[in-house]
Formats: sequence, C-alpha cells, structure tokens
Amino acid sequence: MSEHLGIVVAGSLNKGVEVKLDPLASVEDMAVGCYVTIAGKKRRFFGMITDISLAVTDEALTANPPDVGDTFLTEVLTGSVTYGALHVLPMLTMDVSSGLQPVKTVPSHFSRVSLAEEQDMELIFGKEEGGNFWIGSPLDMETRLCLNLEEFAKRSNGIFGKSGTGKTFLTRILLIGMLQKSKAVNLVFDMHNEYGWTGTSESGSGTVKGLKQMGMIQSRVAVFTLDEKNTRLRGASPDFVVRIGCNEIEPEDIAILRETLNLTDLAVEAAYSLRRRYGKSWIKEAINLTDAEQTGALLDSLKIHEATFQNLQRGLNTIKRLPFIEDESRSNAVEVILSYLDKGTSVVLEFGRHQNIVEYILVANLLSRRIYNQYRERTEKAIGDNSSKPRPLVITIEEAHKFLSPQLANQTIFGTIAREMRKYNVSLLVIDQRPSGIDEEVMSQLGTKITCLLDNERDVDSVLAGVSGKSELRSVLARLAAKQQALIFGHAVPMPVAFRPRDYGTAESYLEFAPGKENEKALDKEFEKLWE
Amino acid sequence: MERAGEVIEATATGFIAQCYELYHIPPLGSLVKTGDPPIYAVVCDATTSSIEPGRRPLARGYDEPDEESVYRASPQLSRLLRSVFSTLAVGFLEGDHRHHYLPPYPAAIHGFVYPCSNQEIKDFSSSFDFLNLLINSHLSVDAGELTASALRQMSQAHDNPHGFLVSAGKELTALLRGDYNLLRAILMRLKNE
Repeated sequence: MSEHLGIVVAGSLNKGVEVKLDPLASVEDMAVGCYVTIAGKKRRFFGMITDISLAVTDEALTANPPDVGDTFLTEVLTGSVTYGALHVLPMLTMDVSSGLQPVKTVPSHFSRVSLAEEQDMELIFGKEEGGNFWIGSPLDMETRLCLNLEEFAKRSNGIFGKSGTGKTFLTRILLIGMLQKSKAVNLVFDMHNEYGWTGTSESGSGTVKGLKQMGMIQSRVAVFTLDEKNTRLRGASPDFVVRIGCNEIEPEDIAILRETLNLTDLAVEAAYSLRRRYGKSWIKEAINLTDAEQTGALLDSLKIHEATFQNLQRGLNTIKRLPFIEDESRSNAVEVILSYLDKGTSVVLEFGRHQNIVEYILVANLLSRRIYNQYRERTEKAIGDNSSKPRPLVITIEEAHKFLSPQLANQTIFGTIAREMRKYNVSLLVIDQRPSGIDEEVMSQLGTKITCLLDNERDVDSVLAGVSGKSELRSVLARLAAKQQALIFGHAVPMPVAFRPRDYGTAESYLEFAPGKENEKALDKEFEKLWE
Repeated sequence: MERAGEVIEATATGFIAQCYELYHIPPLGSLVKTGDPPIYAVVCDATTSSIEPGRRPLARGYDEPDEESVYRASPQLSRLLRSVFSTLAVGFLEGDHRHHYLPPYPAAIHGFVYPCSNQEIKDFSSSFDFLNLLINSHLSVDAGELTASALRQMSQAHDNPHGFLVSAGKELTALLRGDYNLLRAILMRLKNE
C-alpha cells in the first residue's frame, strides 16, 4: 500500500497544487524533489514536491505556542490547528483511455495524495529493457530510473554543474549507455584525460576505469591522443597519435581563437587575405615573412597594416609552437577518425598535457569542422541516391562556454551543429560549469539537460530558460546535494526528475554494466514475487 | 441500578432532578439517562438548598465539635434541605440508533434518572457530535469548564483515556476555530488525566 500523505485543498494549474498533510505523516519525512501521485476523480496525476511549509489555522497559536514539554497539547494541536502543507507541481496525467499526457487541468478538491511507487515510475519512465538505460534512482526511492537513449541521442544535449558535482561521472555513464544501447557512435574531446583510460576520483581508491577499460565495450572504443608520452605513462596504449599540420588549419580556425590568442579583428581579416594569396601553406608563409622589405610590399598590396600583421604573426607562432602541430601533416587524422567512426568504434581523443584552452579549442573545432563537412556530404548524397545515411555521431565537448559563447556561437562549427539539430546526423553532448556563458539560442536547442548543483543565479536561469514549471524546478535545483544528485529534464524524459546517478567506480558498479545484468534483476524480482 | 434522582422539571434542553438522599449527586459532567427510550444528558449544575425558597439555612455548628454532629443534633435537616442537579440533554436512543442532538420531546416529570454504565458511556462517546451542544451552552457553569469535566468523566470509561482525550481535543480544535484561547483553556484542563 503506498504511503498516504494527505489531500489536495487548494491550488492552480500555473502555480501548483496545495496539499494538506495527514496528521500521521511527518513534515520532516518529506523532501523537495520527490514524486507523488494524486488520485483525481477522473484521472491520476503525477507531480513533484516543490515546496514544504508549516501552517496554522489560528494565528494566536504562533503568539502563544504550547510548552515544549507539553506532550498532550502538542499531540492534540498537531494535524488540527497546526499542519504541514506540501506544494506539488503536477506534471503528467494518466488516463485510462489516452495514457500519459501533459497536464492540462488540476485534480479536484480532496483528492488523495500518496508517494509514488515503483510501478508508477516504471510506468512513466519505462522498464530497463530495449533502448532504456538505467541511469540512477529518483531521490529517496530505490527504483531504477531509465532513460531512453535513442530519444536522448536524437538531439544535442547538455550536462551542467559546478566543479566537483559529478558531471564527469555522469558523462561516463551516459557514454557507456550510448555505446551499449543506441546506434550512435561517439567522438569525445577529452581535455582532462578522464574518459578514455583511467580517470580520477575524489573518493575510494582515487581512480576509476575509463571507457577503454570496461570489458563489455572495449572493442568499440578507441583511444587517440595528442600527447603519446603522457598517454603511455598513464598505462594506456593509444590506437592512433593525432598530429595536425599547418596546412590543415584554415582562417576559420583562427577566427574562433581570436579572444584566447588576443588577436584583433583586423588580424583575423588579414588571415583570410593571406589564405587567399598563399593557399594551403599560408601559415608557413606568413610566419616566414620576417624580411621587412618583402613584407612591407606584400602588406601594402593586401592592404594589411603592419601592427595588425605582427599581431597575427604572434598568434600564428603560438600555434606553430604547439607540440602536435607539424608543418605538413603526414597522416590525415580526420580520415583515420572517420574510418573508426564508420566501423562503429567510438573515439576518445586525449589531450595529455595539452590542457590549455587554446589547444583544446583549436583541435576540437578543427577536427569537428572537417568531420561535420564529411558527414554533411555523405548525408546529402544518401538522400540523393537513397542509400544508407552515415551512423549518427555524438560529439562530446567540455568547457562548452568557450566555444559557444554568444560571440562565437555563430562562428564555431558547434553552434552550427547545435542549431541544425540532427539534420546531418551529428549532435552534441555539451559539458559545462558556466551555462550562462553559452549562447541562448544554442541552449534552447539542447533537447535534454542534466544539471547538478549550480549556485550562480545566472547559470540557473540559463539552464532553466524556457522550461515549464521553472520557478518550482529552481527550488529543487537549489536543494540538490553537492555531489551525486542531478536534475534531468527535456526531450528524453516524460517529466523532470531529480535523481541520484548510479554508482561508478566500485567493482560491483562495473559489473552492473554487463549486458546480461538487467535480465538478472528482472529474474530476481520474479523470484521475490513468488514468495509473496 | 441505583437511581441518581427523580425528574422534577423538564424542558427541551434538559431537566432538573432531585436526589433521593442529600449529597448523593452525580458528579459534574457525568452522563445520566432518564426515560425509555432513554434521553442522555450531562450534569451541568447541582444545588443543595432549603426546600422552601424563602427560608435559608442557618449556621448551627457553633457548639458542635465537628460537621457530622451538626446533622446528628438536627435530624430534621435531611427533610428541610434537598440536593438538586440540572442536566443538559446531549442525545437520545431511537431503536438501536444513538443520536447526538436534542431529543424531540422533553423528559417526563417523576422520571427516574440513572447514571450511565461504563459501556453506555463508551458507546455514547464513540461520536463527538454532542460536543458543540456543550460548547455553545450558556449556563451558570462556564461552557469550557462544563466541556472539560464532561470529557474527563467520559474518559474514565474508556480503555485508553489518553487516546480518547486526544481525539476529543482534535474535535474541539475544529469547533473552536478562531478562539484559540478558549481551546487552550479547555485542553489545559484535560491534560493531567
């Protein structure tokens, strides 16, 4: 029998429903973010507790409360003169005829409110089978909360949260899920070397397994690196070492580095002019222009000011000095990556020691742009001659506010990908701790958002922009624990859920990812039922 | 069962009964019944005084060593004084059904009044609907005081007096909405049972 909490006494559709708590139910057992079911006259409602308050029927009580030791008085007054009240935001209705629907009305007066049970959650979020992946449990419940990964991968998505709230763990879990349960293939730009091979953890042994170390998906993950030495030192052997040639870098790639490299607008313009003049080897030529006379003539003809040119040269030199940059590329990194992706193998590109933001943006943008162009061509071709489209690709990037700020969103390939949804079968998984730094339009294009604790008002605003029930979700978000709690809402979930992500890092948790495991749990449940 | 008294006056809201023996008055707040089918009523006042309205008792104990001696010295006192109690009707029995509102007809004069047994009290107080009759009474005894004594008396008949009083208290909170001070005063009188 589910726990009866109270009855509906007031409320509205926009502001949520007020519930008077039964005298037997303690206010202290309630928690914001938990789920309740409301048995209305014609249909059932599912909602989330968004506020809890204390009420009195007579204000005189607050001026003249009973003595603390007076048990008789408090016993009589509890539940009659004083009572607990819950504020519940209804989110879904369940009708016998039309199934789960969004909420368009409120439950009638005196409808019974109870805590949601396992069957209710399974009804809404689905069982752990097929394309549903177990991501964790709702707060204060042991039910397995499932996410439909096919739906998830259909749009670009975002994972947000302050540093240290567990975004990396969540991302690992989701990547494993996508590898196991969806047709999508992943390209991860791993700035801090957390995903491919051994990552770090603040608890337990201090290390957690990376994707390549997980037995069941090993064969479908490849670790690429920009810093071979660092990768080998950490115990991994990379499948490919990525090098970028100067002849592969285009002025667009320099343009997004404008702010990080401190280039002026004119310098960026100059880059374009030089490219037009010198073709693919423009960087090499530009850097070698040290002779003042030769340079002067050239600059005049291209109408580039000298100071501008020096500014540009400085920037180009910074890039050329990067260890993974060569004059001419000997191996075509993009082709290699694409060949792996085509086979269905996901690629994690480790940056080793190159954790500077310039390096990250340059490499991520450059490679993504080329891969995206290839994908676009192939998709268009597939539409043209009715052949099969390329595999859906999810590109995972961190520090997204550096790529997708309002100024850059239009210039980076990531802005384009986010805006085009999955037109060319490419979508993003954005990980960031400063969502307020991301362009609004891009944020609005993210299908599903998972957010851990955020404490900056602006960050919270930007994540919740355009979501219905925003003010209530805000209070739930503000009350998440600093670690191991997150809120998920958007396209891939029928209603927003506050949940505790599944464990990752212990031996048992690794075993749970084995494909047969979900069947095992279902079998266990069947056995339990036999004994009832 | 021993009679508590005999009805000497009856109205729609209750009755007045005289006790057969001086001072053998049912306690304030206790539940009594009269008639068949019985009318239930709560004792809400009691008076011991002279039979003749104009003639008041005189002090007689000046030379007596103790109170009993006063009565031994003047045996006519038991004929000149009488104990009388008033009651407030709170319900009646109709067939098998107990009603917790005023009976349609008053009690009969010379009806015998009996105290209710524990079982009768328990059955009657299984519903608290009679409480508003007590709360809204305007008698010589304060409504709050009367309600508190009635509840105290009734709780003795229950297996769990404390539980009974708590439930009664919760009913009172609904009746006394807007008058927390009165509520509190009544609850304080119930608390130490």
